[in-house]
Amino acid sequence: MASLIELANPTRFMRLSAVLLPWMLGAMALALAVGFYLAWFVAPADYQQGETIRIMFVHVPAAWLALMFYSMMALSGIGTLVWRHPLADVAQKAAAPIGACFALICLLTGAFWGKPMWGTYWVWDARLTSMLVLLLIYLGIIALWRTLDDPSRAGRAVAILTLIGFVNIPIIKFSVDWWNTLHQPASVFRMGGPTIHPSMLWPLLILALGFTLLGLSLHLIAMRAEIMRRRVRTLTILEAERLDRLAAQGAPA
Amino acid sequence: MSALGPHAGFILASYAAVVLVLGGLIAAVLRDHAAQKRALAALEQRGAGRRSDRAAS
Repeated sequence: MASLIELANPTRFMRLSAVLLPWMLGAMALALAVGFYLAWFVAPADYQQGETIRIMFVHVPAAWLALMFYSMMALSGIGTLVWRHPLADVAQKAAAPIGACFALICLLTGAFWGKPMWGTYWVWDARLTSMLVLLLIYLGIIALWRTLDDPSRAGRAVAILTLIGFVNIPIIKFSVDWWNTLHQPASVFRMGGPTIHPSMLWPLLILALGFTLLGLSLHLIAMRAEIMRRRVRTLTILEAERLDRLAAQGAPA
Repeated sequence: MSALGPHAGFILASYAAVVLVLGGLIAAVLRDHAAQKRALAALEQRGAGRRSDRAAS
């Protein structure tokens, strides 16, 4: 909590993120390079799904990150509403397009995997539909940010919408257990351990780490841009007030 | 292509979707960051937000 309060200072955040970003980008490049090498040249084809298992290496991390970024946004929403943390709504706004992109990738790669394995690109079952709902919630949040001009008002409205939408996260996670779906049940994060062979599990986990570092790096860059946007907004208002004063002083009585 | 089996098109389409969506996202984030940096530099160069301005208002 103490470190969160220290980071509440945007100037300090800008300084720390500038130091952190090159390390994160380097680790990301390494993880993605190793992960894709293992996924494409070392991991075997699946005994049932054949080479289409290569789709899993991008589909599953995208699904995890779509859920992770929404969970981060819900925490930021609490930060906005409860603690009025100055960076909470900045973090929330910056995360929404990133989470939306991972949700979109999850749906697209899922469709391309579903067609050869299930015989259809899409079916209105619980897992697929709840994931589509998550993408629509992301788009609603992005639209709401663009509707309201005042960042603090928009931040509070979006925080409430985000927390209401969070009910969808456990629905996505447990949809494969609660309802009969075409989608397979969890095979990595489950009681009793992963059911995937290590030759496929390791590339998956390394790629998940790489995509997570990519997402978090983009999040830091987008937060830096948002902080600068708010500074630009404040300075533009100050400049307009200064020009108004000068015009009033120069105007004939 | 043949090494990917009969469903090569679906596998390649999946990776193309990842490249397109993430490529677009990275480009948009970097472009926005550069635009805000430029706008902020221009405002600061014009002297907007000087303490004297704020004290006078």
